[in-house]
Amino acid sequence: MSKRIEVNDLNVYYGSFRAVEGITLEIEPRTVTAFIGPSGCGKSTFLRTLNRMHEVIPGARVEGEVLIDGNNLYGPGVDPVLVRRQVGMVFQRPNPFPTMSIKENVLAGVRLNNRKMSKSDADELVEKSLQGANLWNEVKDRLDRPGSGLSGGQQQRLCIARAIAVSPEVILMDEPCSALDPISTLAIEDLIEELKQEYTIVIVTHNMQQASRVSDKTAFFNIAGTGKPGKLIEYADTTTIFSNPTVKATEDYVSGRFG
Amino acid sequence: MTTAPAAPAIKAKQRPGDRVFSTATVVSGSLILVTLAAVAIFLVAQALPAFTAEPTAFKGDAENFWQYVGPLVFGTIWAAALALLMAVPVAIGIALFISHYAPRRLAQALGYVIDLLAAVPSVVFGLWGITVLAPAVQPFYTSLTEWFGWFPLFAGPVSGTGRTILTVAIVLAVMILPIITALSREVFLQTPVLHEEAALALGATRWEMIKLAVLPFGRPGIISASMLGLGRALGETMVVAMVLSPAAVISFAVLQSQNPTTIAANIALNFPEAHDIGVNILIATGLILFVITLAVNMLARYIVERRKEFSGAN
Amino acid sequence: MSLTVTPQQAPTGRSTGPIANTLTAGKLPRFAALWVLLGCLAVTTAFFVILAVASETGFNIAAAVFLGVVLYGVVIWVLSRVVEGTRKAKDRLVTALVSTAFTIALLPLISVAYTTIANGVPRFDLQFFSESMRNVVGAGGGALHAIMGTLLITGMAALISVPVGLLTAIYLVEYGRGKLKHGITFFVDVMTGIPSIVAGLFAFALFALFTGDPGIRMGFGGAVALSVLMIPVVVRSSEEMLKLVPNELREASYALGVPKWLTIVKVVLPTSIAGIITGVMIAIARVIGETAPLLIIAGFTTSMNYNLFEGRMMTLPVFVYTQYMNQGTDVQAYIDRAWAGALTLILIVALLNVIARVVSKLFSPKTGR
Repeated sequence: MSKRIEVNDLNVYYGSFRAVEGITLEIEPRTVTAFIGPSGCGKSTFLRTLNRMHEVIPGARVEGEVLIDGNNLYGPGVDPVLVRRQVGMVFQRPNPFPTMSIKENVLAGVRLNNRKMSKSDADELVEKSLQGANLWNEVKDRLDRPGSGLSGGQQQRLCIARAIAVSPEVILMDEPCSALDPISTLAIEDLIEELKQEYTIVIVTHNMQQASRVSDKTAFFNIAGTGKPGKLIEYADTTTIFSNPTVKATEDYVSGRFG
Repeated sequence: MTTAPAAPAIKAKQRPGDRVFSTATVVSGSLILVTLAAVAIFLVAQALPAFTAEPTAFKGDAENFWQYVGPLVFGTIWAAALALLMAVPVAIGIALFISHYAPRRLAQALGYVIDLLAAVPSVVFGLWGITVLAPAVQPFYTSLTEWFGWFPLFAGPVSGTGRTILTVAIVLAVMILPIITALSREVFLQTPVLHEEAALALGATRWEMIKLAVLPFGRPGIISASMLGLGRALGETMVVAMVLSPAAVISFAVLQSQNPTTIAANIALNFPEAHDIGVNILIATGLILFVITLAVNMLARYIVERRKEFSGAN
Repeated sequence: MSLTVTPQQAPTGRSTGPIANTLTAGKLPRFAALWVLLGCLAVTTAFFVILAVASETGFNIAAAVFLGVVLYGVVIWVLSRVVEGTRKAKDRLVTALVSTAFTIALLPLISVAYTTIANGVPRFDLQFFSESMRNVVGAGGGALHAIMGTLLITGMAALISVPVGLLTAIYLVEYGRGKLKHGITFFVDVMTGIPSIVAGLFAFALFALFTGDPGIRMGFGGAVALSVLMIPVVVRSSEEMLKLVPNELREASYALGVPKWLTIVKVVLPTSIAGIITGVMIAIARVIGETAPLLIIAGFTTSMNYNLFEGRMMTLPVFVYTQYMNQGTDVQAYIDRAWAGALTLILIVALLNVIARVVSKLFSPKTGR
């Protein structure tokens, strides 16, 4: 249930402005990879190119290759809808559909493809997904209540449950804890640890402790200045990045000297 | 700084300019309330004699006011409902086209094109309806009655001129289209990007994204926009007066030459020649129209108000 | 690229194409939709041309376009269903429907513009703008009296509505609080929904009671009726504009020791004046085409009347209406006059809208763009 991601010389443009330049990296299956770096360095933009969600932003386009188990996301005839079914995404702010119940939220993605799902199958999937997101025990008595009634941390786990319900291969997380309190953050971090058994996870975070806690590998992005494109500075095991980085800028950043 | 040396309780000096100006604004504001009350009072005052009028005072077979106004109320609501039925789906389509399908650079220009429809005076729509639309749709009506005449709405005999309530409803639909479109468009554009992205990230196509995120969010907006459109259609006068060939009937058939007319059109057609009690009767029907549109508009506002609490967007 | 390159696949199915990419699905070529649309339009156009030739009637362009677009919806759905699967097909169908909705709205707009110009031009001459209908039976005559009446009545309505509306807006934004503010806001909304004919009846009832004349007709009554319709529009738009003035400006003025009313007059109003004028223009454009209330209270006549307070007064919309409804023996002359009146009316409304836009461009605060 997890796949290897390979990025070859990827450039992202907003109109004529190059936002991200020349990224090449490989992400192993069943690992957690963290993207860190100062604001505006293009790490969120890059993350979005891994499931073509950048196409939502007007004028954004990509040059280069992203291979998921050898299949190029940007090859001819590739359907972004299929890409997104394999590469799920969790956003910065929890975004359950406000008009749907908890149950409907979990099933939202599945219902798109499989309209005639039996009730028992649906219930099973809801339970499995919510269990997977460590939310089942908290909400099992109120599955028919609106998802927007949950706390921020619960909502975010609901969004994770919604993402894993369509059984993706990869889960992208764009600063999933930045809108949450410390306790909810801890719950999500524990969850990421568990999800790693089954999924390839890529997480963007501003919180370096979080990166060092949850990730196996870390990629550090930086920009030379405003108006310059973001670049991948260093990509290595998390322990290496945080204890013994090879690049000066990485060391400055992780030790808190800038950014 | 904080303690003034002179009087402990400082009272702001009332400048004459300030007082005059603020009074003027309060008076203007209150004038609106007074006007609305005056509309109600004067209409009631002039309408009262109608409720006790002699049977001979009414045109047609009606014996009292309620029998007289009944078919008119029916016609008013029936025509407006037909118009709404046609306008709402099209308006939602246009609003979605502008907000989510058209290229963003074009969106504003396209919105302006639709707004142009709202700028056409109703009397021009009336002329257009009777000279262009009615003859154009008449052959189509003939085939409708031939093929679907068994369906009560399309029962024959077909009108030879095309000046039926359906034609009126089509023109009314065109007229309320820009109102419903403009409001729905605004609401659709306000859909939180978060929800749209959530849908897309689950692998939704554009339509599925709209169904999951945009329409549920915009539903109260669509409802209130439709209500405002309905209010406009209920009160529209000239199109009905010019296009329809009226009769004092209650009939759901939309293709015949015997059509129920509307309150507003009935007033416009009969007021210039009315005298004495006839005037009072027409004013009384106007009062009924006022009450109906008031109710519809208040309902619309109520839904808009409620929407603020309803939107789940944190 | 032909339409049948890729066979149908299940959405998650494995591709049998040359590149083994599991993420590809059957997909129509890039410009397939456009070509299908053009093809469908060509087919229906050809059909209606043949029909027009065969039955010796005119070519029905509206029907050709409409049916062409409908045909497109069906064809693209079937094609997409075969090549791309059910979900994509539905997406394409909705795209077609939504675009159809837009074309549906364009048809009456184009038709109205075209017929008004085509029918209005024959009598859109000097005589039309220099003569009244006094003693005219049949051809000839003009709408000078109606244009004059429209200008007088609308001008008077603006004279009443603008101060009242603007002051009310100032009250709501600068002074108002509590119940009165809420009440006014609510009833301004309610007033927006008053049917125009009810406004006419109100003005009639008002003046009939005050003058004691049960058949009262006068231009001023028309102005009052139009004011009832115009005030809420002015209040709404001015209120929006006043709200846009940043509070920092007001506070800066207060800090200089300027009294509140002078702050409003010298700082707040000048900042928002462009938007307010635009709003007023649009409000005038809205009421200038009103027919029903003027038919009730201003009545109709064939002669000039410059006195708002005495006697019937013709207006342009009512002119159009009466010319069409009370056709004399020379039917065409009346119909031509009606259309010429309609054309004039539309041009006036268009002009007002253009002025509104120009004003908002010219007078908007310089720092803006």
